[in-house]
Amino acid sequence: MKTIKIFAFVLLAGLASAFTYKNMDAAAGYKVGDIATDFSLKNIDNKKVALKDFKDAKGYIVIFTCNHCPYAQAYEDRIIALDKKYKKQGYPVIAINPNNPEKQKDDSFDLMKVRAKEKGFTFPYLLDEGQKIYPQYGATKTPHVYILQKTSKGNQVKYIGAIDDNYDDAKAVKQKYVENAVDALLKNKEVVVKETKAIGCSIKA
Amino acid sequence: MKKIISLGIVFLLISCKKDDKKEAIPESKPLKTYTQDGISVDSYNFLGLEPSLKRNNDTTYVVNFWATWCKPCVEELPHFEKLNAEYKDKKVKVLLVSIDMPKKVETDLIPFIKKNNLKPEVVLLNDLDANSWINKVDPTWSGAIPATVIYKGDKRRFYEKSFSYEELENELKQF
Repeated sequence: MKTIKIFAFVLLAGLASAFTYKNMDAAAGYKVGDIATDFSLKNIDNKKVALKDFKDAKGYIVIFTCNHCPYAQAYEDRIIALDKKYKKQGYPVIAINPNNPEKQKDDSFDLMKVRAKEKGFTFPYLLDEGQKIYPQYGATKTPHVYILQKTSKGNQVKYIGAIDDNYDDAKAVKQKYVENAVDALLKNKEVVVKETKAIGCSIKA
Repeated sequence: MKKIISLGIVFLLISCKKDDKKEAIPESKPLKTYTQDGISVDSYNFLGLEPSLKRNNDTTYVVNFWATWCKPCVEELPHFEKLNAEYKDKKVKVLLVSIDMPKKVETDLIPFIKKNNLKPEVVLLNDLDANSWINKVDPTWSGAIPATVIYKGDKRRFYEKSFSYEELENELKQF
C-alpha cells in the first residue's frame, strides 16, 4: 500500500515536473550550452555595437540592465568593477537595456546616456530597440546576466543568472557567481555554478 | 485481503496524522516587527515565510510578491485589495509579501501602506540570498516581480505576470 502510494506520488511528481519543464521551455530562451545570437544595437555614443566587433575577446559578460530598477542600480558599481577586472582578460561587459522607453520613461535612450555619464560606465550600454534581443536570450528581468564564451561553434552560453548573492551589500557577498564563472572559463575549467536566480524588475516591453 | 485492507486503513490513519501535523506548523516568529504610525509589519526570512506558502486547510491563499518601487506591482495592488474585500467571507486570504529593501521599510513601505490604506496583511521578506529560495516558491519563477501564488491545500498555481481584476478573479475561481 505504502509502495503504491509512493509510486503514485513519484508518478505525479514526474508528471508535474514534465509539465513544468514544458512551460519553462516555452518561455525560456537560452539554456547553458546554447549558442547565443550576435546583435547590432545602438550604443550611447550613437554607434552600433556587435559582439563580433570585439576581435580579441575570449567571451562576453552580457548584462541586461536598466536605469530605473533599484536592483540594477544596486549593482552599477559592481558591473563597472567587473568590466574593469575582466575586459583586459578578454571578457568585456556588454550592458543592454531591454526595456521599452515608451513603457518606462526612465529608461529612455537620452536618460541612458545621462546615467552612463553620471556613473562613468566603462562598457557599451546598448538599447534593445524594438525589444528584439532580450526574448531570444530569455531575459526576464534586470539585472540578468549571460556569460558567453567564444568557441568554434559560436558564442556559447556558460552561465545565466545573478551577479552575486547579496544585492543590498557588496561587502556581505558570499558567492560571486559571475566572477567565479569567468575565472573558471579563463582557466579552461568547467563553470561550477551555471545558473542562479535573483529578484529583479520585470522587463517592460 | 482483510489484512491488506486493515493495513491500508493503518496507512491512511498514519497519513491523516501527518496532514494534521502539517496544519500544526506553529506560526513563525518574525525576525523583527517594524511599527510606525499605528502600522506594524513583521519581517521574516524565507524559512519563516515558508509555512504561509503551504498551509493545508480549506482556505484559498493568494500570495503576491511585490515592492513599493515596482511599478507594475503597485499598479495591480488595487486588484488584490478588491479581491481581499470581496472574498473576505469566502475563505480567501490575500497575503502581500513585500521584498522592499529592509532599510526602506520605515521610509517607503510603511508610508505606502498608510497612504494607500492597504487592508490585506503585508509582511516583509528579508532574505537577500534569493537564489536559495526562489525555486522553493516555484521552480518556474525567474525572480522577476510581480509574481503570485494561489493555492488551496495541495492545489497551487504560480504566475509571473501582472493581473487585471478580472484575470485575478478568474484564476481564483479555479480553486
